[in-house]
Amino acid sequence: MSGNLEFKNYRQEGRLFARRAMIAGFFVILLLLGIVGRMAYLQIIDHEHFTTLAQDNRVKLIPLPPTRGLIYDRQNRLLALNRPAFNLEIVPELVPDIGQTLEELNRLVGISDQDRERFHKLRRQKRRFESIPIKLDISQEEAALFAVNRHKFPGVSIKARLTRTYPMKEIMAHVVGYVGRISLKDLKSIDASNYAGTTYIGKTGVERSYEDILHGQVGMQEVEVNALGKAVRVLQETPPRPGRSLRLNVDADLQKVALDALGDVNGAVVAIDPRDGGVLALASKPGYDTNPFVEGISSRDYKALREDPNKPLYNRAVQGTYPPGSTIKPFMGLAGLELGFLDLKEKKYCPGFFQLPGHDHKYRDWKKGGHGPMDVDAAITQSCDVFFYQLAHEIGIDKLQQYLKQFHFGEKTGIDLIGESKGIRPSREWKRRRYKQVWFPGETVIIGIGQGSFQTTPLQLAAATAAIANGGHYHEPRLVAEVLDESTGEVTPEPGITHDIPVRDPSDWDKIREAMVHVVEGPRGTARKLKNEHYRIAGKTGTAQVFTVAQDAEYDEETVTKKMRDHALFIAYAPVEDPRIAVAVIVENGGHGGSTAAPVAKKVLDAWLLGSPGKASAGARP
Amino acid sequence: MNPASRSPSGLPASEPARHRGLLARIHLDLPLLTGLLLLSGYGLVILYSATGQDLHQVEKQALRLLIAFGGMFFLAQIPPQTLRRWSPWLYAVGVALLLAVLVMGVMGKGAQRWLDLGFMRFQPSEMVKLAAPMMLAWFLSSKPLPPNWKQIFLSLILLALPVLLIAKQPDLGTAILVASSGLFVLFLAGISWRLIIGLGLLMAAAAPAIWYLMHDYQRRRVLTFLNPESDPLGSGYHIIQSKIAIGSGGIYGKGWLNGTQSQLEFLPERHTDFIFAVLGEELGLVGILVLLAIFLFIILRGLYMASQAQDSYSRLLAGALVLVFFVYLFVNMGMVSGILPVVGVPLPLISYGGTSLVTLMAGFGMLMSIHTHRKLLPK
Repeated sequence: MSGNLEFKNYRQEGRLFARRAMIAGFFVILLLLGIVGRMAYLQIIDHEHFTTLAQDNRVKLIPLPPTRGLIYDRQNRLLALNRPAFNLEIVPELVPDIGQTLEELNRLVGISDQDRERFHKLRRQKRRFESIPIKLDISQEEAALFAVNRHKFPGVSIKARLTRTYPMKEIMAHVVGYVGRISLKDLKSIDASNYAGTTYIGKTGVERSYEDILHGQVGMQEVEVNALGKAVRVLQETPPRPGRSLRLNVDADLQKVALDALGDVNGAVVAIDPRDGGVLALASKPGYDTNPFVEGISSRDYKALREDPNKPLYNRAVQGTYPPGSTIKPFMGLAGLELGFLDLKEKKYCPGFFQLPGHDHKYRDWKKGGHGPMDVDAAITQSCDVFFYQLAHEIGIDKLQQYLKQFHFGEKTGIDLIGESKGIRPSREWKRRRYKQVWFPGETVIIGIGQGSFQTTPLQLAAATAAIANGGHYHEPRLVAEVLDESTGEVTPEPGITHDIPVRDPSDWDKIREAMVHVVEGPRGTARKLKNEHYRIAGKTGTAQVFTVAQDAEYDEETVTKKMRDHALFIAYAPVEDPRIAVAVIVENGGHGGSTAAPVAKKVLDAWLLGSPGKASAGARP
Repeated sequence: MNPASRSPSGLPASEPARHRGLLARIHLDLPLLTGLLLLSGYGLVILYSATGQDLHQVEKQALRLLIAFGGMFFLAQIPPQTLRRWSPWLYAVGVALLLAVLVMGVMGKGAQRWLDLGFMRFQPSEMVKLAAPMMLAWFLSSKPLPPNWKQIFLSLILLALPVLLIAKQPDLGTAILVASSGLFVLFLAGISWRLIIGLGLLMAAAAPAIWYLMHDYQRRRVLTFLNPESDPLGSGYHIIQSKIAIGSGGIYGKGWLNGTQSQLEFLPERHTDFIFAVLGEELGLVGILVLLAIFLFIILRGLYMASQAQDSYSRLLAGALVLVFFVYLFVNMGMVSGILPVVGVPLPLISYGGTSLVTLMAGFGMLMSIHTHRKLLPK
């Protein structure tokens, strides 16, 4: 009512206010209790959950990659080492504008398309706040240029890293191999946690086959990081266990001698110590520089290597398969003697050809008119084909291939390299499997002289020769002699595996070895040019027919004729009295073994047994 | 009125006035002052840790506190009658300045809140935080309480004007604070419960309209509040990190200066709006309870002082100021602990920064003035 408007009941208003203030106070307490409840929920009930989250925020595990083990040759020369290199690296999260930064860096030090490509690829794989290389192995000038302008590039820095280098380049390419960046395919076959922080993994050669020893064990650093991902302090650290080093049986000097001896032609030389199977040289010509592979070879350069008609990437010594030709004859002779198909004195008449009973096809000897009557010694020394045609036919393919198997023909030698070829040891079963055809007796005949489908690798020939030299102990070839722990100095030998070939009569073996000596020392020996007064050599020449032109080769009169030429082979061991080295040499399209392959072997034997100038005690056991 | 004024008998200061003691003579209330000093001290201790042990910033804040306490002291000397007379003028100037901001204000952090006066920047909305409840208290106390419908309606219009102007800047936090201060005046004036419930329902119904009026970033905040995990690296990051900080603190906390979320800067705005999370992480539930106890003490003391006031204007104003103080801390703690959306409201007297501090302390100054300028009425 308007009449009451001016009347104010102070006491009533005061009571009304007090009531409202009390209600307000009540609500204040209620809501504060709500806050207390919320806090109790967060801090007591969910405390553990949030503690975990806070811990995840704050603690970061930084892998400490181990230093990769080194690789030494027999004389402790470094074949693979870790060289400090400076990379330009980017933490993308700290860079305001990546595109612009790359552009400015390009203007400053030059960023290639390949660099960009790698950077973007790595960026997809890395976690937040991880440093990603943009330019590898920058020069001192580039580093200085960047350092001066560094204030313009937040999030970009120069990082020192160890990179793998191979000082011997192409000489050791096929033995040592190379490392490269870990690919997605690699990740499937390794324990990824042990490779956290590791940049490289062995891709070929010893680098690959001894990856687990060379790599070592990853370490871990538990650091406290702030919200920017920057490490504030180290909480805990497990140091990495560095990879152990390897000392090879291979002698870099001998390897070089072998490659030089091959000259400009393609081929392979394998030298093995018959006493333990240690590989002294494993040379394949041509080689290639492995260093560009470490940081990723450009696709152009890689294509050039792949398409090179001389196939430098191909390790002829262990992957190349060639018909053994006449170098198989000592093994044939031994099979004949040991299996009882041949007598020491037994002579076969060589009219210059061989015919299977009831067939008119003539299997011709390389010597027109024939060798006349031949015993096993003369047949090996003069490399009579007819003798071995007949012998092979008599033994029969089943027994023959079984005997040859003991020398690992058509089998992996078991060398400590990945990717070794088995070659082909023809048999009924092999033919059925391969061609779904039956075996013809005529095939056995040409197997007798190491032709037909017979395929061996130079390594198989060398290892088998070593087994003849040592009287029946087949040592699986070993590139690595010892594993060295650089931190403790502890040395662990890498013993090879030995398979003993059953010996029926040791004089059979003596006879064959004698015949191989006659190849070099006999007046009619096919390698008599190798005879010398310093040490005695036992050997066997061989010539392998090349049947087909490689399909990818261009048709060119000159190259085709060269490619059609036979491969020259030679196997040998020396010294005869106490064999310390067995070699197998193949010179592609080299013609006759005695004239082109044998001199190569001689240079290798000389280097090893006589020592070339400037070389430390040759053949000495360390 | 000055307590030193002579009583009608001509004797020196009256007996009861002497009982009030020294502080009361300079118009300060000892319990409230104690509470505020405790709070400030506690705040500086937390701030030292929250700034990453930056003594320079702590000193700056201490200086601000000093100025704010000075402002409080100054306002405590102004008798409530004077405040009452000023109320409509202050309100008018405040609204005019808000309009000025809208027309020629300075942009800052995506909002237009400041007036550049040449020598300093001035935020009129801070002034309105005090002017709005003063205006409403003035308006309502001129008529008998509880107010009738017409008065309530007019009050709401008087309130809506500055609130909408502030929301337009946009400054949601301040708009909420100003709106709540006015609504508290109405509540304390004794409007009927039916109306309170009705207003509540009206606001709920108006929610879609408010949503429509909101800026994009405000909408995003609300969405993020409803589901912070939907954007853990973006706008949800604040809430997630502050919940982790508080939750990992546990009952006793990780220890002063030892909070990992706070010290390693996972907690954003750690020394301003999110300083409560630093407290929760380092001093745990115990530290929070201590803070809440101080807050509660201040609020209850404030409400008591308000209820002791002698006229409606003083009561309404005092009560509203105390309750706005509560809204500050409740909105801040609710936001930091993830039960309210992220609204830029600082933790009173604890968060780093001076703008709201001065306003708050001025409010406490008025409260003290109201309490210490009481006349002794005959029973």
